[in-house]
Amino acid sequence: MIKLVKKFINKVLINIFQKKKHIKLGLYGPPNAGKTTLANRICQDWLGEDMGKVSNIAHETREIQIKEQISLKKDGKELSFNLVDTPGIATKIDYEDFMKVGMKEKAAKSRAKEATKGVIDSIKWLDEMDVVIVVLDATKDPYSQVNITIIGNLAARDIPVLVVGNKVDLKKANMKKVQAAFPQYELIGISAKYGKNVDEFYEALFVLAG
Amino acid sequence: MLTLQIVPYAEISGLSSIGRIRKLLNIAKENKIVLLEGRLTKEEETELIKVTMEEINKNFRGIELAVLEPEQGDMGGLAKIRKGFANVLLGNRTGLTVIGPANVVKQIKKDPNKIQLLTQESRSRKKKKKK
Repeated sequence: MIKLVKKFINKVLINIFQKKKHIKLGLYGPPNAGKTTLANRICQDWLGEDMGKVSNIAHETREIQIKEQISLKKDGKELSFNLVDTPGIATKIDYEDFMKVGMKEKAAKSRAKEATKGVIDSIKWLDEMDVVIVVLDATKDPYSQVNITIIGNLAARDIPVLVVGNKVDLKKANMKKVQAAFPQYELIGISAKYGKNVDEFYEALFVLAG
Repeated sequence: MLTLQIVPYAEISGLSSIGRIRKLLNIAKENKIVLLEGRLTKEEETELIKVTMEEINKNFRGIELAVLEPEQGDMGGLAKIRKGFANVLLGNRTGLTVIGPANVVKQIKKDPNKIQLLTQESRSRKKKKKK
């Protein structure tokens, strides 16, 4: 009996410390919002290497990608996490959309099939996350149901969320509209591509996950 | 021809989560636009997206989804508790959920208080106007 209690306590303690050491930080959002561009920015800044390939064609990331042991250091503080870049979540995937941007039918169909699997994997991985950054395209309509569903789900699971409005370097970006759509969340406008406001983003990350 | 099917909440209230999703998705797969009284839970909405992805094929390209909720900003604390309690017991019957098959509905534009459906027909009309 004592052995069993000891085993249980050890297991609980190991779980607590493992969780603290290996925070899973997920990047979620709709397709083409710039999740992988942000992942690359983080990896370049702290590891000196890229994480994944980016493209203007939607659903470039079709598999979960993980970069382990990233350590952010700032003012004597350190934040270590495993970065999880997820495929964009969508409610529809049409291979003809890929053909419209120049892909051959066979490649377009294959991309669509992989993309649907990617969305399913992203949703399955929601439960695994400790902290999530929701990356939205600040030039697009923030009231899309996909955005609302992702953020609502994270709230229901009590997962801390940071909402990032990406692509603020573009004239069409409208951060006021994004903030109006999610008034209860802290919002940071960044350009992952050009590094604009990335320091503020890291500070917010320390506050959220540190 | 555009077909709208109104689904009263009572029609899905007795079903399990997967049963609700299956029922709504089956209607959408018949190329009908679903107007559901009330809304699914957040978890059910996510599951709806997941199941939709599993069912995508050359005839079914997915769905457009939008949920319109009444303003809750000026609701008092007691009213919020009462509403939350009613939701747990009876399901969320307030608001409106629109599920449109992607073959029919190209886009749903949503402002906080209104939903606009952009169908294939209205798009082609737009193109003709431009010409």
